[in-house]
Amino acid sequence: MVNTAIGNIGHLFVIISFILSLFAAYSYLKSSVSNNDLNKKGWLQNGRLLFYIHSGAVLGVVIVLFAIIYGNHFEYHYAWSHASKTLPFYYKLSCFWEGQEGSFLLWIFWNCILGIILIQTSKHWEGPMMTVFALVQAFLTSMILGAVFFDLKIGSSPFLLLRDVMTDAPVFDADPNFIPEDGTGLNPLLQNYWMVIHPPTLFLGYATTLIPFAYLIAGLWTKNYQDWIKPALPWTIFSVAILGLGQLMGAYWAYETLSFGGYWNWDPVENAVYVPWIIQVAGLHAMIIFKNNNTALKLAMILTVATFILILYATFLTRSGVLGEASVHSFTDLGLNGQLLIYMLTFLAISVYFLIAHWKNIPSSNKEISTYSREFWIFLGAITFCLMGFQVLYATSIPVYNNIIEAFGGTSNIAPPADQVGYFTNIQIWGAVLIAILSGTGQLFYWKKMEKNKIVEALVAPFIIALLVSAIIIVFAKISTVSYIILLTAAVYSIAANGKVLWSIWSKKPSLSGGAIAHIGVAFMLIGILFSSGYSKVVSLNNSGLLYSSEFSDEMNRENVLLFLNEPRQMNEYELIYKGRRKEVEKVPFYVPEYQLAPTSVEYLYRVTESIKDDGEVIFDVGDTVEVSHENTYYEIDYKKGGEKIFTLFPRAQVNPSMGLLVSPDIKRSVSSDLYTHISTIPDPEKEKDWSEPESKKVRAGERFFINDYVAEFKGVERVNDVAGIDLGPTDVAVKGLVEIFGDAENEILEPLFVVKDNMIGNIPEVSEQFGARVSFVNVFPEEDSFELSIQTTQKDYIIMKAIEKPYINVLWLGTFVLMIGFGIATARRFKDFAKVKL
Amino acid sequence: MKKTHIIGILVIAAAIFIIITTAGDASSYVSFKEAKEMAENGNDKMIHVVGQLSKDVEGNVVGIEPSDDKLSFSFAMVDNNQETQQVYYNEPMPPDFMRSEQVVVIGSYKNDLFVADEILLKCPSKYEEETISVNEISKR
Repeated sequence: MVNTAIGNIGHLFVIISFILSLFAAYSYLKSSVSNNDLNKKGWLQNGRLLFYIHSGAVLGVVIVLFAIIYGNHFEYHYAWSHASKTLPFYYKLSCFWEGQEGSFLLWIFWNCILGIILIQTSKHWEGPMMTVFALVQAFLTSMILGAVFFDLKIGSSPFLLLRDVMTDAPVFDADPNFIPEDGTGLNPLLQNYWMVIHPPTLFLGYATTLIPFAYLIAGLWTKNYQDWIKPALPWTIFSVAILGLGQLMGAYWAYETLSFGGYWNWDPVENAVYVPWIIQVAGLHAMIIFKNNNTALKLAMILTVATFILILYATFLTRSGVLGEASVHSFTDLGLNGQLLIYMLTFLAISVYFLIAHWKNIPSSNKEISTYSREFWIFLGAITFCLMGFQVLYATSIPVYNNIIEAFGGTSNIAPPADQVGYFTNIQIWGAVLIAILSGTGQLFYWKKMEKNKIVEALVAPFIIALLVSAIIIVFAKISTVSYIILLTAAVYSIAANGKVLWSIWSKKPSLSGGAIAHIGVAFMLIGILFSSGYSKVVSLNNSGLLYSSEFSDEMNRENVLLFLNEPRQMNEYELIYKGRRKEVEKVPFYVPEYQLAPTSVEYLYRVTESIKDDGEVIFDVGDTVEVSHENTYYEIDYKKGGEKIFTLFPRAQVNPSMGLLVSPDIKRSVSSDLYTHISTIPDPEKEKDWSEPESKKVRAGERFFINDYVAEFKGVERVNDVAGIDLGPTDVAVKGLVEIFGDAENEILEPLFVVKDNMIGNIPEVSEQFGARVSFVNVFPEEDSFELSIQTTQKDYIIMKAIEKPYINVLWLGTFVLMIGFGIATARRFKDFAKVKL
Repeated sequence: MKKTHIIGILVIAAAIFIIITTAGDASSYVSFKEAKEMAENGNDKMIHVVGQLSKDVEGNVVGIEPSDDKLSFSFAMVDNNQETQQVYYNEPMPPDFMRSEQVVVIGSYKNDLFVADEILLKCPSKYEEETISVNEISKR
């Protein structure tokens, strides 16, 4: 039965939450402009109440949508297209935010939580600040409103019934109450624990960028041009931390799950978030300059506005389909382009209006910043961040320029740089060098009120350490690229300088150590990125000098290796053997060879055909039915060195009927480097094997011959008393032939059967996967003492794989961890500062 | 001159530098014909060509030639001007290559062969399904 009630309830909650956010914004507005204290208080309480009820309605939307997904209500388009029955609970969470509507909802939900916290903590800022906040919330809820006014579509509702989305599907003409058996499931690449925690983190980051913005607009509006920084600063640090963490989680997910060979690809989707984040980091530094020196106030304002607008721009870029041909990611266009654009332009107009209207009244300091002041160095850092952000923004927006030019009737065919990674790193690396130098130097100035003559004294120790340590690293790691040498030295200098600062303040006031720790973390991250990306090495490279064709003279290196089943192959210092396909079986602690299992009519249930044993103990016996994650196949690859097996990797390929083949790497981790291995290609699993025409062969016992280029020996025949599936009578005979094939690594004995039953001759062939052969035992010639075999051959099972070494990638993860600790300390300190502010 | 002015000038210079390098590094979307003309004029810059795989009347992909060692392959691609060109790619065939609706190749001409450095595939996304598959209906 189609359950229309639950969707209607959900939709009702959406409408309520949208209207209430508008009312809340209006009440807060009235409270802010009212001169009468009593009115002010009344409207404020009104707004507060409305925001609480709004949050309750949003919670209702979230619960209803989750109930639809969790309850397998596939009559709803959202559940049908994003979920399926067999997914475990935590992946049903991922289904929730896999779609655009769900991710908007996640964003809205975080805003509610943050709004409630702000109502409790924002003191006298509540009225004006929450006006902005509730207005943003109204725009966001309109994105999932799903209403149509005079042909104008406002928002896309997650509560649409499948039959209303797929109006053309003939099945609904026959039966409007048709409910699909199962959903189409969650993209297997997203079935990963990082995808459970990465989107909530990233959207918390998105949501928090609103807070400093709302405080700023409130500050301009109420002419508190300076005070807004105090409550905005801790939230900015928190937001920078969460947004950064969210991006790094995404990077880590990409590293573990996708197979482009790294964690960052300068893809437009990544860039779209990188830009606001780096501008936010610049804004954070401008705020700190202001806190100490009363300068850079206007810069802090502009950057705070820019961060929020760039987050909206990122949303527009990634959801409007404008990036189309520029990105490998698939973007769905929900038809919300116009609405997203209006959202962004509205807040851009509001910000520009407030900034211009108040510009003259914003206090600014005319005093020249001294080169020997900490603020000077922080200021240079902020400028560097802005330029780094500018480059990425400018190039990532190329598809937008084309669209704008075409909208005005022109034609434009500019494409993003062909070598994206090279283009971005060439500039970003120098930004990183500057940041490392400035963060080290700035910190030294920061904690010692510098006098000119003491500078040399303070700088000399970190400088010497930097030169010594980096010289050692350069020699041992054989670094020869100039830009890498400079980046490494700058990063080590930053660690030494910040370490010195940390040393001196830790014993006095640990709560102030956030900055130094965060900067050390960043410097470690830079070193980690330098090695893992700069010295990422394709291990499977083979320069065979193969020419593609005569007219094509350039030699090309092959970056992949071809491995036939059970055929060893040398790859650099390793000897590799592909051991076969494996499956992941419920309750079995290891991967099970595929030949021990046979599929059943239910896709995730398999029958055991050869008992599964762990250390000789039978876990599942022949005939048992087991649960298998059917989409995943793992390819066992042994890595040997000097004949000894060192480790085994299981890169994964997922065969998904609607998405084709998706591959994920397996990574051998060690302290100093990761060895990253992924499948590039496998034989098409859906294609039936092509067997050659049978070749007949008359053999005697002990005779040798070739099967598929391998030496084989016919060892003789044996009488068989039991044949599975055939009832042998007293006059019937069954004989098996023994054929041994000699492989490079191991031999295999095939036992084709020859059966005489009720005077009828039959044979049961046997197949060797690894040698790509099918041998049948077709006749016996007792008078000649010979036997006739029929041999068919096929393509042997193979994989093509790529292996990449990522040195010192752990330094990057370690740096991330340190950075987050630094942010945590700094955030706590700034929140305490604001808590001390008297009403 | 005040220090802030010097910094301002440097920032503007850096921004101009970024814009110029971007203009220099930016690629373009062209047809095979234009790409060939560029190559003949000695311009070996990498360009983008948008198109589809060449298909016969029954919709089967034609013109795919894997190398003997399977580590590279070439394929016939039809650009948006309906011109067909053999494209060489020095990587094994991407798994979902045959299913792609649209192919963007980034590369340049080397003699008569277009050598792709990178291939972007647009595959029919499962999230834009417009039909419910027949077997799902038959399950009822």
